[in-house]
Amino acid sequence: MRNPRTGWLLLSPTLIILIIFGFMPFLYVLFVGFNEWNIFAAEDGLRFNGLDNFRRLVFDDDFLHSVGLTIRFAVFAIASEVVLGFLLAQMLTRKFPGKSLFRVIHTFPLMVAPIAVGAIWRLLVIPGFGPVPFFLDRWFDIKYQIGSFPDQALWTSVIMDVWHWTPFVTLTMLAGLSAIPREPVEQAKVDGANRLQVFWYVTLPFLRPILLTTVFIRIMDAIRTVDEVWMLAGGGPGTRFTGIYIWRVVFPRTDYGYGSSISLITLYLTVVLCWLLFIAISGRRKGEVE
Amino acid sequence: MRQRAGRLLPTYGFWVFMTLLTLIPIWWMFVVSMRSRVELFSRPNLAISRIYLENYSNVLTDSTFQRYMTNSVVVSTCNAALVMALALLATYALSRYKLVGRDNIFFWLITNRMAPPAAFLLPLFIMFTRSFRIGDWTLFDTQIGLILLYCVFNLPFAIWLLKGVVDGIPIELDDAAMIDGAGLGGVLRHVVIPLAAPGLAVTGILSWVFAWNEYLFAANLTSVEARTITTGLAEFVTVTGTNWGELAAMSMITLIPSAIIVIVAQRYIVMGLTFGAVKE
Repeated sequence: MRNPRTGWLLLSPTLIILIIFGFMPFLYVLFVGFNEWNIFAAEDGLRFNGLDNFRRLVFDDDFLHSVGLTIRFAVFAIASEVVLGFLLAQMLTRKFPGKSLFRVIHTFPLMVAPIAVGAIWRLLVIPGFGPVPFFLDRWFDIKYQIGSFPDQALWTSVIMDVWHWTPFVTLTMLAGLSAIPREPVEQAKVDGANRLQVFWYVTLPFLRPILLTTVFIRIMDAIRTVDEVWMLAGGGPGTRFTGIYIWRVVFPRTDYGYGSSISLITLYLTVVLCWLLFIAISGRRKGEVE
Repeated sequence: MRQRAGRLLPTYGFWVFMTLLTLIPIWWMFVVSMRSRVELFSRPNLAISRIYLENYSNVLTDSTFQRYMTNSVVVSTCNAALVMALALLATYALSRYKLVGRDNIFFWLITNRMAPPAAFLLPLFIMFTRSFRIGDWTLFDTQIGLILLYCVFNLPFAIWLLKGVVDGIPIELDDAAMIDGAGLGGVLRHVVIPLAAPGLAVTGILSWVFAWNEYLFAANLTSVEARTITTGLAEFVTVTGTNWGELAAMSMITLIPSAIIVIVAQRYIVMGLTFGAVKE
């Protein structure tokens, strides 16, 4: 009655679009990554150069620096988001009048376009009329200028990311917290556990799958952050993340071959990272069963 | 149980503080959008001194802005419609038919969304400017190019979201409809679509937002005709001098759909962002 051929027919438009716009570009990057190709070079066209691009990459300080920055950005941002998001979710499990209003407002940044998030924060920190540099200077005597101090630019990106994405963690944690059955918590309290022990031995194990899923999704998103940081600092020092670096190599410099090999390495690192996290998630679960 | 006001006070204090943290950046942008150039460069002041709408009227009457806005609306809407249609068919196929390698296809779908978009800029740029060419016509700088391209990140998410919905519709209902003489189209129209309607709506809304918010592809794969509103925002910032008031006004306008969606679809946002892994 159900002919698989009909199934494939229904699936085919999706597969065709994803193969053309998702898989073919991947194959193309894979191919160009092993060639030298710069459209402004004296020799036109592609020239196979084996692993030269990858050798160049290992010694490319700009690239290594961009990877380092991306990792620092992701670690600081995600750690703050998880801690803050968990606290906020905990606060939202209580009942109080007006809770849903606070929740809606808190969720708002999540749906704002990244480029608009960048614009919002740029207006805050812009030298000349932004309130952040003005008040930091006046109250704390701190010179704040993200164009000149790479560290400040990085920290501003982290804070911006926390502003944008903490609601996501809050909402997933809230979903996790409300799914926890009441009995084990009550039982632990009866047995004389304090709040910290209840959290550590009862709440956290229940939350673990959702927590790891959340971190997993946040890592994927954080390492490809481009839009908002680009809008905030225009690729200035301290914010040259890997995504922005790839763009610089491919478009202004038209170094297609090298750009492709960086893309490949970035893809590879992302996949490996996701795979390790996947193992962490499923491995822990297996451990629990045994 | 009645809670005492003393217990509620710290809770409210905390939430008012958090709300301020969320809203002050947006409020400042609103303030900037209500100021003229001269007023801006005086001492930062978080209060609005007078109603000044020139930034908004300048932006709204600008033909470039109107074109960008139209493009964004057309691209997001067509993309959301296309994604809903294709995802429904694909999900139905994955849910009801025994296809070889079904699970692998499913996993491959999600990898399309995991990839860092910057990595694919180059091949897409070349595909758009050279490979797809009919005479002088290329995909570069066209709405249809963006509509198709956005399927790469919206389709996987839509299929993951809808899979649970379609799996939840009892297959007996399909069979009953077929026995009554309905074809595949009839089953979809009279059984699956009505029952999956809420899920489909959520998919459509979230796909729309993701397409509306996209910047990197739109910025590099269009030049004049098909530019979207997000690229317009980025273009505003120039070396020679930026009109910050108009930038703020334009950003405020792009926030409107986000605000509506947060209020309307708030419960489903998490589900959408976690591929349905986390439900509320």
